[in-house]
Amino acid sequence: MLEIKNLHASIHGKEILKGIDLTVKPGEVHAIMGPNGSGKSTLSNVLVGHPAYQVTQGSATFYGKDLLALSPEDRSHEGLFLSFQYPVEIPGVSMTNFMRAAINEHRKYHQLPPLNASEFLKLMKEKRAIVELDNKLANRSVNEGFSGGEKKRNEIFQMAMLEPRLSILDETDSGLDIDALRIVAEGVNKLKRPDTSVIVITHYQRLLDYIRPDIVHVLYKGRIVKTEGPELALKLEKQGYDWIKEEIGE
Amino acid sequence: MKDMGAEQQYIDLFEQCAQLIDSGSAPSLNAPRRRAMQAFAAQGFPTLRQEEARYTDVPALFAPDYGLNLRRTLVPTSAAEVFQCEVPNMSTQLYLVVNDIFHSASPAAAQQLPDGVLAGSLKDMALSHPALVEKYYGRLADPGSDALTALNTAYCQDGFFIYVPRGVRVPRVQQLVNLNHAGADLMSHRRLLIILEDGAGLSLLSCDHSLDEHQFLTTQICEIYVGRGASFDLYELEETHHLTRRCSNVYLRQQADSRVLLDSLTLHNGISRNRVHATLEGPGADLALMGMAISDKQQHVDNLTFIDHRAPRCSSRELYKYVLEGEATGAFAGKILVRPGAQQTDAQQTNKNLCMTRTARMYSQPQLEIYADDVKCSHGSSTGRLDENALFYMQTRGIAPQEARLLLMSAFVADVIGQVRIPALADRLRHLVELRFRGEMEKCRGCKMCK
Repeated sequence: MLEIKNLHASIHGKEILKGIDLTVKPGEVHAIMGPNGSGKSTLSNVLVGHPAYQVTQGSATFYGKDLLALSPEDRSHEGLFLSFQYPVEIPGVSMTNFMRAAINEHRKYHQLPPLNASEFLKLMKEKRAIVELDNKLANRSVNEGFSGGEKKRNEIFQMAMLEPRLSILDETDSGLDIDALRIVAEGVNKLKRPDTSVIVITHYQRLLDYIRPDIVHVLYKGRIVKTEGPELALKLEKQGYDWIKEEIGE
Repeated sequence: MKDMGAEQQYIDLFEQCAQLIDSGSAPSLNAPRRRAMQAFAAQGFPTLRQEEARYTDVPALFAPDYGLNLRRTLVPTSAAEVFQCEVPNMSTQLYLVVNDIFHSASPAAAQQLPDGVLAGSLKDMALSHPALVEKYYGRLADPGSDALTALNTAYCQDGFFIYVPRGVRVPRVQQLVNLNHAGADLMSHRRLLIILEDGAGLSLLSCDHSLDEHQFLTTQICEIYVGRGASFDLYELEETHHLTRRCSNVYLRQQADSRVLLDSLTLHNGISRNRVHATLEGPGADLALMGMAISDKQQHVDNLTFIDHRAPRCSSRELYKYVLEGEATGAFAGKILVRPGAQQTDAQQTNKNLCMTRTARMYSQPQLEIYADDVKCSHGSSTGRLDENALFYMQTRGIAPQEARLLLMSAFVADVIGQVRIPALADRLRHLVELRFRGEMEKCRGCKMCK
C-alpha cells in the first residue's frame, strides 16, 4: 500500500531525511524507532504533507498514487491518518462540528451523500466508546483544555471515525500514564482490520507490548539503518542504540 | 478661523429650511434644533486630527451632495413584504422605519404589548405624549459634545420610540427594521429614544438594510435610559451595502442594579462609525458591550466606545472582534473611565482581530483611566492571522483549506454570538456569518434577517 523510495526531505534548507526506503503492505504493523533527532517526526510530517517540509528527492506512492502530489486533505481522503505527537487545540471549533466537517468531506470525496444529523451522532457515540472518550469532551472545542491523555485518546477517536487504511501513530505513548496507554492501544487494536496497516513511531518498547509490530525499523540520521522482526524492539529497549551506531561504523 | 467646507452646506440648508423641518416634525423635537445647529457650527465635523475621529474621515463622508427628505415624502414601501418574514423560530413585533420616517408597526402590535408600554413613531409620541418625550429627548445626547449629535438634533424629524413603565417586562422581542430606500442618493437623520423605568425589561433587535443601489448616509442617535433594576438588550445588526455610510451614536445611562447588553453586529456595510457612550450611574449596574465586524473589499468599520464608571460596584464586560479580508479597515478605540468613588468596579475590555489578508488594516486603541483604588480592571488587544497549525491539523483530517478557514473564522466570532441571549437569533446569526464568510452575502437584498 505504501512504498517509499529514496526519500529526501528538508526543513528551512536543512536536510533531515537522507534517503528513506520503506514498504508497508496491507495488514502489517510497522514500528519505527530511533534516537531523538533521527527524523521520525519529519517522516510522518512529510507523509501527511506538512507545508514546512520540502521533499528534495525520492518518491512515495500510496495504493499506486503519487502521495507527494496530493494535498494533505486528499491524502486523508485516500486513507492516510496521522495521530499527532502534539495534537493542536482549536478554540471555538467544537469536536462535533470538526468531525462532521471531516466526515462529510471524506464522503464527498468518495461520492457519498453527507450523513444526516442522527446518523452522524450515532456514529460519534459508537466510536467514542472505542476509546472511552467522555461525551463532555466531544462537546468541547477540539483539544482545548484536554489533558495529555485525553488529547491522545481524541486522536484515536478521530482515527476510529475516519477509518484510515494506514495510520501513523507519532509518539502516541508520550505523556500517557499506563491506564491511558492501555486504552489507546486497545483502541488501535480494536480498529485493526486485516487490510489496514499501522506505523507506530515510538521511543519505547512499552507501547509495542500492546500493539505488536510485525516489523521493526531503526531510523538514524535520516536513514533506516536496520529492519528486523519484533525482537529488535526488545533488544533496543535493553541495550539502547549504541550497538547499532557501532554496526554502521560510527 | 476654521474652514467650514463640508459644514457650510448643512448650515445654509438649515437656515433656509428650518421652518420646513419644524413643520414635518413635533414641537418637542423642534425645541432644541436651533441651539443644536449653533453647536454644530461652533464645532464643525471632527477631523482626523482629533482623538475621537482619527480613524474615519468624517468630513469626507459629509462632503458629497446628498438629498434630504425634509418634506417627508413617503417612499413607496411594501410593508407587508417586510412584515411577512420573520427570524425563523423567533416571534417578534416588527416596526418599520424607512430612512428617517416611521412607516408602520406590525398589525396588532399595540394590542399585544403589555399595558402602559408605548412603541412607535417618535414624532407621533412627541405629539401625543409631549411631557414624556421632553423629559428624556436630548438629555443624554448633548449637541455641545459631538458635532454629529448636533447635526442629527438639528435635522431629525422622526424615528422610533419605546417606553416601558415601571415593573413591566415586555415578553416578546421587539424588532425595528430600518430601511435605506430611495430613488436617489439620500441622507437621513434618524432618532431612537428608549426608556425603561425601574424594574422594566425589554429586548430590541434593530436591523439596518439598504434596498437600492444609491449612496445612503445615515446619522442615528439612540438615547437609552435604563432605570433601577431594569434589564435591556439591544442587538444592532447592520447588513447594508458598500454605498452605505452609517454614523451611529448610542447614549446609555444605567441606574442602580440594572443590566444591559449592547451588541453591535456589522455583517455587511460600506463605511460605519459607531460610537457608544455608556454611563453607569447607579451602584451595581452591569453592562455587557459586545461587537463583531466582518469586513472585506474596502469596507470600513470604526467602533468607538466610552464606558463611564461613576458609581461603586458596577461591572462592564466589553468584547469586540473583527475579521478583516481584502482591503478592509477596522478600528476599535475603547476607553474605560473609573471615576473617584467608583470603588469595586469590575471592568474588562477585550479586542481581538483577525487580518486574513496583508492588505487588511486594523487599528486598536484600548484605554483605561482609573481614579479609584479598589478596582479590578483589565484590557487586552490582539491582532493576528489564522492559526496555521490548526489549519494544517484540519487538513490532515480531510477538511479542505477553504472549509477549515471557514470553521476557524466562525469559531473566532463564536464567543460574541454566544452572548446573544435569544437562541433563535443566535442560530440565525451563525447562519448569516457562515454565509458571509462563504462570500454569499455580496450585497443586501432586502431583509435577509427575515427572509
